[in-house]
Amino acid sequence: MREVAVIGVGMNKWGELWEKSLRDVFTEAAILALDDAGVDKIDSLIVGCMSSGVFVGQEHLSSLLADYLGQVPVPAARVESACASGGLALRTGWIEVASGLSDVVLVGGVEKMTDVNGHEATYALGTAADQEYECYHGITFPGLYALIARAHMEKYGTTREQLAMVAVKNHANGSLNPLAQYPFKVSVEAVLSSVMVADPLRILDCSPITDGAAALILCQVELAKKLKKPIVKITASGMATDTIALSARREITWIESTYQAAKRAYAMAAKKAEDIDVIEVHDCFTIAEICVMEALGLVEKGKGGKAVEDGLTSLRGKIPVNTSGGLKAKGHPVGATGVAQAIEIVKQLREEAGPRQVKGAKVGLTQNMGGSGGSSIVHIFERG
Amino acid sequence: MPTPSRYWREIPQRYRLEAGKCKNCGFIAFPPRLVCPRCQSRVFETIVLADVGKIVTYTIIRVPPKPFSDQAPYAVGIIELDDGVRLTGQIVDFAFEELKVGQRVKIEFRKVYEEGEAGVIYYGYKFVPA
Repeated sequence: MREVAVIGVGMNKWGELWEKSLRDVFTEAAILALDDAGVDKIDSLIVGCMSSGVFVGQEHLSSLLADYLGQVPVPAARVESACASGGLALRTGWIEVASGLSDVVLVGGVEKMTDVNGHEATYALGTAADQEYECYHGITFPGLYALIARAHMEKYGTTREQLAMVAVKNHANGSLNPLAQYPFKVSVEAVLSSVMVADPLRILDCSPITDGAAALILCQVELAKKLKKPIVKITASGMATDTIALSARREITWIESTYQAAKRAYAMAAKKAEDIDVIEVHDCFTIAEICVMEALGLVEKGKGGKAVEDGLTSLRGKIPVNTSGGLKAKGHPVGATGVAQAIEIVKQLREEAGPRQVKGAKVGLTQNMGGSGGSSIVHIFERG
Repeated sequence: MPTPSRYWREIPQRYRLEAGKCKNCGFIAFPPRLVCPRCQSRVFETIVLADVGKIVTYTIIRVPPKPFSDQAPYAVGIIELDDGVRLTGQIVDFAFEELKVGQRVKIEFRKVYEEGEAGVIYYGYKFVPA
């Protein structure tokens, strides 16, 4: 396999972008990535999007977006793994460059979620769970993660305050990220007094509904060197699946797909959890970040809540997690999230993260997750 | 709106709790499957699930999907039946403050939701005090 580098990144501010369509949002991010890389032609385009069919009634995105980016007739593919669609796009693009099939690939992610009302958005997101045996009984996504949270609290003594501290940390980081949807701080008291969505999770435990896109240019390393661009290598891509129904898992509180994906990625990059300097994880709900820290091996099983409370994962902590603000503060346009996580790590490894910079970061990791853990994708990045 | 076939094809599970038991390793699949996830065997026999169990975890849904708007707030949990199978479903006939992990429950056949103005009434299992 050939070595793969990220040579360009592109992302605009996320939020409720009423004036922009899905194709606008995507194309603007993609142009920024092309310009950052200094290229105007690509060999192929991969886009991650969870549910454009439900959110805006538009499928066949691959050709639509290649066309609006002025790249027809390049081959293009749209990939989907629920909220991990962006991570899957990155993995698919990485495979394409590593295999030698293409030299320069644009990997993008997009979701346009505010063209429908709240009920329809809830329905669209619910399609990532088991329609016949979960959604049929009235469960929602906050509800599924609430089931995990209750089980984690019962089993390990994780506290309601520790969950809130995940949101507090990520909003503190997000307040330093001008592209975040909600770039402001919140307090533990604010989280604990926010409206209840699905006990014990409150609205400030949940990532928001967001319009947004993100794009990367991947390139074979030898070619990237000739372009004289700062090089960040992708040294591992790991993916794993699990049952999409939460009830069918052996352990409600353990995200086996993340554990398996990370195990593969650590082996491929010859790294251990303690070698990683900066991490972006899929904190769709506060409890998710706690479970993911455990599954990635950053802390022992059951100790995720305590680690957050002790400041282990804060910006100046031992293992900074979600320096971008995470899904919580940056926003969560589901298909774009996995790509945006990679952008934050690339910025950190290029030392371009401004006030969020983790000093001397050389190795970074992203973890992107579909549904309640039915799929997980882990990538490891290293300064070139 | 989905066609009625989407509803009636699930009736053996929703009304009668029919599951598939792997003849090779004993794994119980609910709903039934064609391939055993534990041993990859493809030979199953039809069994009926236990109708009593305990609460593994639960939540109270306060922001519901549209078809459940008139029911919120309502409790949903994962229940482990006495044969080891876990199901997701609504927990009813409890005051919310009575709910706790480990609580014994049994299955009853109930209305789950109604669809639209002229739609079907959807039935299935719910969990009630044992």
